[in-house]
Formats: sequence, structure tokens, C-alpha cells
Amino acid sequence: MSVASNALPRWMDLGLLPALNLAIALAVCGVVVKIVGHDPAQVLALLVKGAFGSRAGISYTLYYATTFVFTGLAVAVAFHGGLFNIGGEGQAMMGGLGTALVALSLADHLPAAIVLPLMVLAAMLFGMLWAAVPAALQAYRGSHVVITTIMFNFIASALLSYLLVNVLKEPGNMTVESRRFADSARLPGVHDALAWLGVEWPRTPLNLSVLLAVAASVAVWALLWHSRPGYSMRAVGFAPEAALYAGIRPKRQVMLAMALSGALAGLVGVNEIAGVHQRLLLDFVVGAGFAGIAVSLIGRSHPVGIVLAAVLFGALYQGGAELAFEIPGFSRDMVFTLQGLIVLFSGAMAQVLAPALQRLHHALRPAAATQGAAHG
Amino acid sequence: MDEIALGSLLASTLRVATPLILCAMAGVLAERSGVIDLGLEGKMLLCAFATGAVGALTGSLPLALASALAVGLALSMLHAYACVSHRGDQVVLGVAITMTAAGLTVVLGIAWFKMGGQTPALPDSVRLSPLFNGAAPALSALPFIGPLLALGLLGHNALVYLSFVLVFAVWWLLFRTRFGLRLRAAGENPAMVDAAGVSVLTLRYQALALNGAVCSLAGAYLVLAQNPSFVPHMTAGRGYMALAAMIFGKWHPVGALWACLLFGFLDALSIRLQGLSLPVVGAVPVQAIQALPYVLTVVLLAGFIGRARAPKALGTPYVKER
Repeated sequence: MSVASNALPRWMDLGLLPALNLAIALAVCGVVVKIVGHDPAQVLALLVKGAFGSRAGISYTLYYATTFVFTGLAVAVAFHGGLFNIGGEGQAMMGGLGTALVALSLADHLPAAIVLPLMVLAAMLFGMLWAAVPAALQAYRGSHVVITTIMFNFIASALLSYLLVNVLKEPGNMTVESRRFADSARLPGVHDALAWLGVEWPRTPLNLSVLLAVAASVAVWALLWHSRPGYSMRAVGFAPEAALYAGIRPKRQVMLAMALSGALAGLVGVNEIAGVHQRLLLDFVVGAGFAGIAVSLIGRSHPVGIVLAAVLFGALYQGGAELAFEIPGFSRDMVFTLQGLIVLFSGAMAQVLAPALQRLHHALRPAAATQGAAHG
Repeated sequence: MDEIALGSLLASTLRVATPLILCAMAGVLAERSGVIDLGLEGKMLLCAFATGAVGALTGSLPLALASALAVGLALSMLHAYACVSHRGDQVVLGVAITMTAAGLTVVLGIAWFKMGGQTPALPDSVRLSPLFNGAAPALSALPFIGPLLALGLLGHNALVYLSFVLVFAVWWLLFRTRFGLRLRAAGENPAMVDAAGVSVLTLRYQALALNGAVCSLAGAYLVLAQNPSFVPHMTAGRGYMALAAMIFGKWHPVGALWACLLFGFLDALSIRLQGLSLPVVGAVPVQAIQALPYVLTVVLLAGFIGRARAPKALGTPYVKER
């Protein structure tokens, strides 16, 4: 086993290196912007304005961020358990399915106070179950969770498509979507909630799921760093053999980590289906599961980092949408490109600069030491 | 089913399987040397875009192929630099390449061609045409097997046949040459390769270079043979399906070939079974057949039908002991 070999001081490892990597990703994206004939500075200014320049812009940013907090936390929890969950996409789809099934079957008869909590639970349960199968196959049959979760993404998408086309589609409706939910299955928007308090707020997709995202972040933080099960889980992720020696059963930790991860990813269904669309759609996840990988990488798999990274990505999505609107010929796919570049430079190539920084550090340190001696 | 239907089923199986076969061979080459390639999808997409863009701009087949090759090699060298030299996470790198490719192809496509991300349709001089057009009518005269052969086996372009040759070539390279033995050893027990005085790093770089070259053919095929132009997201999960086929074939070129043919057959079948009711099972949902390759791969990975064993050192960067 190789232990992380970079011997950088803490501030370089946690501050300078990630900042440099992010800067490189942004710079490369700037070059792409330049290549396609736009001015990077203007694009950046418009992007920030689109994302944070108005109350509606901020709301949209937070709405996207809500989804990314869920998928980012999902990736992070699995990561702390030593697993790479690429199945956020499929688990989120299943979460949406669970939400929709509860809404379609119960919302006509029951009040919102009962239906909404059930929808949240169903989203978590469906996501959890969809992650539990790859987890069990990893724990008890040794099949690699990365591959099985990818396969489960495709199976989820086929299942969702089958159910929508053959079972849930409204007769007479040409688009592939379920019927609209009854009103009691509608998660109130933030503008509704603020209106109850007497504050006027523009109508946006931002809904109360954002509170759920905050709660989930706190819960994950408390679980991982301040509870026994969380400690066991991180122990298995950090040093599986030592954990086994300490009497922690790794198989159960694999199941626990993946079940939690799946439940978190499933919550995307609450934000999108219960909060915004009010009906089950075919592709409401649109890459959020993969974006979660980027969010978790940037956020260093810590809830605080993930919330910040999710807001950053939310701003990119919202700003990107505004840009596509403002600048003719500018594609929103630029944001997806940047997202990929961030995963590349902050994830896969995160340590590429470490040796150079180490040399720099060594070159500077003797000078600092002699200086310190002279003063002392 | 009559022989004409069988012949066209065989033909579409081969057509669908070809990019899968090429992509799976690229996967076998990388993974046998110990490097996971989850970026097949993205590599294929960028190579397809390069083929479509250069083909449309220059109208030259060799230039289109050369640009695909250049992009494929560049990506696999990036892969090697990040994961072999700098020991970056191979899974994350694959995801990064695929995400970047999905965005970048659309951004560049819209900026350069202004057709919503599509490239202009390629002229016929650039596209690949069937190789044995002359032989088909003569063969069709034969009873029963005539149409089957003419429709199913002969109406294809050079890349389809080349993909089969490549399977043999990859098998021969991996299992009958000294280089192949070393490459496989680098994927199983890199420390031993190192002890024998052979560089694991060089071997993995070479394996990835081959991976990029073969993958570029897969991307080029999509634009030169399947579709008349590049369309955003045209790989549509084929890279992952090839990955599944490679695993289903137990990381062996010939096994992967059979898996690709099976998956191609299922795909061809699902189109023909649409809306049809079968005698025993009734109407089979298309989605069930589409999901079948992935379900089969999961079942195989779980060890319920045989055991798929990955190369032992797969995914672990090699650290030379000092």
C-alpha cells in the first residue's frame, strides 16, 4: 500500500495546491472561450452577474446547488467508506421514481403534511435500494462497485423509460411523462414560504429542498466525524486491514456507506420532481450524478467544502444559462466542459503540481530558517 | 424468419458491433497493462468529432482519419501522464475525459459549424463505402445461404472487416509476443516486471498509445460509416457498453469479441421486436433488451455465471521500490 507521498506543509496541501488546480482548470476553459471567439473577461463578468446579480439569479443558483449538495454528499460518503459511487445518476433517477410513486398513489387522498414526508422517505429508500444491490455485490461477491454502479445507471434509465412509456404515461399525452401530481404533493417553493412571512420574492424553482440539503450536510458531518458508525466507516475507508484488526466488520460498512450514499443521491428526486416538475419525467437528473463527483472533489469530501463547491457549480449552471441567453452562439455546454476540466485538474491530476511545489518549498525553507535564526 | 430477414439481422448486428469491438479492444489493451479506462466513451466522442470536423472542412478521408488518430493518441497520452507518471486516480480521469468531451464537442461544434453542434454532412468521397459491392449479386443467386452471405456478410465497409482482423491482432500481440507477455505481466504483477529489468511505466505508456489508436478507429467509424456527420453525444453510452463487453469477455480479446457480437445482436433484435408479440413470453419491452447487456455483465461480475477476474494490478499505480 502506498501512502499519499506528498510531504507538503498543510497550508500548501489544503490551500495552495487545490487553488492552483482550480485556477488551471479555469484558465484552460478561458482558452476554450477565447478559441470559440468570446472574451473570457466579459464571459466571467456576465456569468457572475447572471448567478448573483439578482434575487432570481441567486435563487436559481441555490436551486441548482441543492441538487449538487445531494449528489456531492453521496459521492463523499461513499468515498469516506473507501468506495467510488459513480451511480449517483441512477440512484437519483430511482429517488425521483419513489417520490413520484408516492405522489401518484397517495396525494389524491391525503394532506400534504403526510404526503410530503412520505415522498422524502420514498426518495431516500429508492435511492438506497438502488445503491444497495451494487454494495451487496461488492461486499459479498467481490464485484467492483465502480463497474456495477455504472451498469446500474443504464439499468435505471431503461427501467424508468419502461415505466414511463408503458405504465405511468398519461393516455393521450404525447410527451413521455406522468400525469401532474395533486396539489398536496407539491413541495412549497421558497417564494411561497417567504410570502407566508410577508416577504416578496421572485418565483423560481428554488424550493424547500434547500433546507433539506442543509440538514443533510449537517447530518453527514455529525455522522462521519462525531459518531461511532461514522468512525467505523471512515476507518474501513482509510485502512481496511487495520479496521478489520480492530474488530470492525468491513462488509457491513460497505453496505452502510453505499446505502447512505444512495439515499442522499435519491433526494435529488425531491428537489426536482416534488419541488419543481410536479410530475415524473424521463431525464430530470441530466448529469447531476456526475456533477456530484466534481463537487465532492472540489469540496474535498467535507460537507462544508461540498456546500461551497455546490454553490460554485450552481452559479456556473445558472450563469451559463444566462450567458447562453445573452451572448448569441454561446453554448451552455461550456459549463459542462469546465466541469470536466475541474474533475481533470482537481481530481485526476491533483498531485501533478505537488513535486514542483515541494521543490519550491524546499528551496524557500532554508532561507526562512536562517532568517528565523538571525532574528532569534 | 426468412433468409432475407436473417441476412439483414446479421448485417445490422455486425454494423452495431463494430464500434463496440474496436472500443473493447482499446479497453483490453489498456486494462491488461493495469490501467483502468473509463474514458472510452469520451475518447470515442472526441475522435468522432475530430473525424467529422476535419472531414467536413478538408473533404479528405486520410486527413480525417489522421486527426482522429492524433486526438486519440493525445488523450491516451494525457491518460498516461496523469495516471501512470503522476499516479492520479484512473477512475476519476476516465470520468473527467468523458465529461469534458461531452461539453467540448458541443461547444466547438456550435462555434465552428453553427448547426447546433452538428458537423456538416460528409461528402461520399470521405465516407467509407461497402467493400465487396460487386460480389453481392453473384452470391445472392445461391439458394438460402446466398442472400444471407450477400446481405449479412458482404455489404460492409473496410472498418467492419478490419475490426475482426484487429481482434486477431490484439490476441496475437498479447498472447504470442514477448511485448504482450510483458504487457500482461505489468497488469498482473508489475513488481516482477520491474525486477526483470523492464520498465512498467514504458509498458503502460505503450499500452495506452495502442489504446488511443484503436479507440480513434471506433470514433471514426461512427462518423465515416454509421452516421453521415457528427452529432452531439452520438456515442450514446457505447463506450460504457464496450467496457461491459470487455468485462463480459473476461478481459480477453476473443471473449470481448463474442460479447460485442452478443450486445450488437441484442441491439439489432430490440429494434425488430418493437411492438411484436412473441409466442411464449408475449410482448418483450424494448427497454428490457436494451438493459440486458448491463444486467448480464453485473450477473457475470457477481460470479453467478462463471467468474470474471480482472488483471490483478488493475487500477493500482506502480510505485518503484527504492
